[in-house]
Amino acid sequence: MANWRKITRRSFMVLGAAVAGGAAFGVYKVTEVPPNPLQPAAGAVPLNPWVIINADGVTVIAPRAEMGQGISTTLAALVAEELDVDWAQVRVLHGPPAQAYFNAGFAERMSNEPDFKLASAPKSHNVLLEAVPKIFSLQITGGSTGAIGGFMQMRLAGATAREALKAAAARRLGVSPDQLRTEGARVIGAQSFDYAELAEEAASLVPSDVQLRDPSTWRYIGKPMPRLDMVAKSTGTAQFGIDTWLPGMKFASVRMNPRRGGAMNSFDPKPAMAIAGIERVVDLGTGIAVVANNTWSAMQAAPLVSVDWGAADYPADSEAMFENIATAFAGEPNSRLRDDGDVEVELAKGDLIEAEYRIPFLAHAAMEPLNATAWLKPDGTLEIWCGNQAPVLTRDACAAAVGLTADKITLHTPVMGGGFGGRTDPVPAVLAARVAMEFAGTPVKLTYSREEDMAQDYYRPAAIARLTGRIEGGKATALWGRTATPSATRNALARLVGFSPPGPDRGSVEGGFDQPYGLANYRYDGHLSDLTVPLGFWRSVGNSMNAFFLESFIDEMAHAAATDPLAFRLDLMQETHAPSAAVLQKVREMSGWDRLKRPGFGRGVAFCYSFGTPVAQVLEVGQTPDGIRMTRAWIACDPGLAMDPAIIEAQMTGAMVYGLSAAVRGAITFADQQVVENNFYDYEPLRLHQVPAFEVAILQNNGQFGHIGGVGEPGTPPAAPALANALFDLTGKRVRELPLSDTFDFIA
Amino acid sequence: MPITLNINGALQSVNLPPDIPLLWALRDGLGMTGTKFGCGVAACGACTVLIDGEAVRSCQVALGDAKGQITTIEGLGQPDNLSPIQAAWIKHQVAQCGYCQSGQIMQAAALLATNPTPTDEDIDQVMQGNLCRCGTYPRIRAAIHEAADMMKAG
Ligand code: FES
Ligand code: FES
Repeated sequence: MANWRKITRRSFMVLGAAVAGGAAFGVYKVTEVPPNPLQPAAGAVPLNPWVIINADGVTVIAPRAEMGQGISTTLAALVAEELDVDWAQVRVLHGPPAQAYFNAGFAERMSNEPDFKLASAPKSHNVLLEAVPKIFSLQITGGSTGAIGGFMQMRLAGATAREALKAAAARRLGVSPDQLRTEGARVIGAQSFDYAELAEEAASLVPSDVQLRDPSTWRYIGKPMPRLDMVAKSTGTAQFGIDTWLPGMKFASVRMNPRRGGAMNSFDPKPAMAIAGIERVVDLGTGIAVVANNTWSAMQAAPLVSVDWGAADYPADSEAMFENIATAFAGEPNSRLRDDGDVEVELAKGDLIEAEYRIPFLAHAAMEPLNATAWLKPDGTLEIWCGNQAPVLTRDACAAAVGLTADKITLHTPVMGGGFGGRTDPVPAVLAARVAMEFAGTPVKLTYSREEDMAQDYYRPAAIARLTGRIEGGKATALWGRTATPSATRNALARLVGFSPPGPDRGSVEGGFDQPYGLANYRYDGHLSDLTVPLGFWRSVGNSMNAFFLESFIDEMAHAAATDPLAFRLDLMQETHAPSAAVLQKVREMSGWDRLKRPGFGRGVAFCYSFGTPVAQVLEVGQTPDGIRMTRAWIACDPGLAMDPAIIEAQMTGAMVYGLSAAVRGAITFADQQVVENNFYDYEPLRLHQVPAFEVAILQNNGQFGHIGGVGEPGTPPAAPALANALFDLTGKRVRELPLSDTFDFIA
Repeated sequence: MPITLNINGALQSVNLPPDIPLLWALRDGLGMTGTKFGCGVAACGACTVLIDGEAVRSCQVALGDAKGQITTIEGLGQPDNLSPIQAAWIKHQVAQCGYCQSGQIMQAAALLATNPTPTDEDIDQVMQGNLCRCGTYPRIRAAIHEAADMMKAG
């Protein structure tokens, strides 16, 4: 606890400011004062508003976007915990784009240390690392960093507001604040006061050092809280970006060059104009937008525009792309972030196990297709609605595209119908902004068809891995993993911020180099391919690739060693990282691993430590007359401090379903430089009857107290290897290539 | 010529061509955005509404053919007046991103209307046309059982 207070004083500052009818309390971090998003005028009081108290109740400005991961509820609970308000009195909004909201958790993720080491390291403040997101204006929701970054800030905001409100009441009563207490949004003493009536006064009474609640007294943190968005999402009243509806608006759809990055040589709008309701075809340089009086007509017309597309600068088809990726093995590795012992000496002893794995490109395919609405107002300002994971970047990209300054643009970030990393690119907002500039005064909503959403995604890269290992006396003595893939991080950052970071590319080897396996000789190399297919961050990023390679291979090694694959893993992990061993041990117990398995069924285990959270999964599969069915799944995870067990359970399950969907049928392929898959019939996620029954256990041993691992992504990486390992157990067939439905028949 | 629809017990007129799918008449013509667009090809179920109590994909029903009583998520229940299915959905905290849930709830409503005590197999049968990218399936199943119990108890 003393440690927290030290962190508090050194790293955070809280300020209060009166706002209409109430007060706002904000926290910011590090040494630099970020500009205030509420009061942009020069010389204004810098304020990073997290909590606003007025007659409406308590409004928490959540700096992280809500994509379904429950982050807004968790952040609000942190504030409510300290502020002594009833849960029903709390509302949450997503903040305006501002550098003040920079994501502290994201900075931690940019280190090249393995996660499991960071979690137990004493908190050190690396000012450079913390500054990186500010430089990039990364108000990004991703990397499972939301709750991590908010843990101190949100509680401190709540606690500071509470103490300021007490100070205001104390002044009125002529007593000392510590004679007062707070409950149900009231300060209680000889007389009691609503927070709202004290708020304006309290704004100027912010104490410099406040005490955070002792964890033993927590009422909300660690408990399953009813999600604040649940009623709206169960009644059709939640307003997603695609639901933006403004009087007099027009409806548009786009068709961009499917040979990504290629030019548009010419186009003829005439065939499209024949469709009723079409108003105009707008030239977007590398594609077109059709504007109509309803979305469907626009979507029908867009494919009718006859276009002469220029070529892309990548190979024609998937086969040629894999050839390109394979050539990357010939060059020097870009990274060797793990090189324990001497693999070369050990492997020279011979008797090797070798395997090559291949995984395809993947699309995000969020349920809500990409969309954005823009409205050029008569006063020359532009208002934009777009569910996005990077508001500052999105706003600035729109500004640059239409030649306005950023202060002329208001960007709203509505709740998102899924993100999974696929709403980081500002393209939909930029295209809507450009179309809106042609329709001054009229709002235009631009909606991608599902086909366009799939053709214009930024994909999880394809990759090849070659692993070599050695077993002696039933034990693994060496492992050398080599992967080849185009870098999603470099590809995306070059596009997003015009700069691709040099040096080792962590994103292409995470989940492989950084696992807590205590092999004496353990090397992991990343080779980068120069393929220019547009890439992005896909739920769990590189972990989704390397966990499949490493965890399949560890399984192969265990079988070669004639050892139980779960016991084999435990043995390698026990000494290295106890919380990781504990999650494996937990799934072993939950799944009854050591009891005889059911005849006719197979089981697979896999593990991955990612985003600060070790996750182990056991999956059971069974053969039925209609094909292979996934029957039961057990997940054990350890995020450190489990802030909301119900949300964690939902995320762990959902993330595993996401990973299994990809493993079973997920593949984006190319022909003639264009994505072949169109819609959910040929890029088909798992359906209700195809998913197993789940059991989730949440442990809390990981890291120092106060360590909070991510929960949105770490459930994805072990899914594919757990399935491949289970299928091996069931059929005796080791499949090293995804998707698995290319080899196995699953129930339809 | 405007087309008149019977939606959630009220007549509404929409001025769009008759070949436009009902989905887009609801969303773009009437601003009723609770019904969602996911695929446009009957592959996801996000656009599910009831016509005369039967679940249909509104992306596949032409406006001109949308005769009968249409029920959308807005007509099933409101935040201050929840249907038992919606209450069960909230109790089980089903939604993640929530985008598919209007369709899931409408499909479940059709199921429970004809089969008040569905088995897991019944649920598998009827709900498999409704995709959820967030993977909320286990809670959807639990909420349907719960709603069945709630409706039985009255
Ligand atoms: S939008 Fe109608 S089924 Fe997908
Ligand atoms: S809750 Fe997100 S798609 Fe179902």
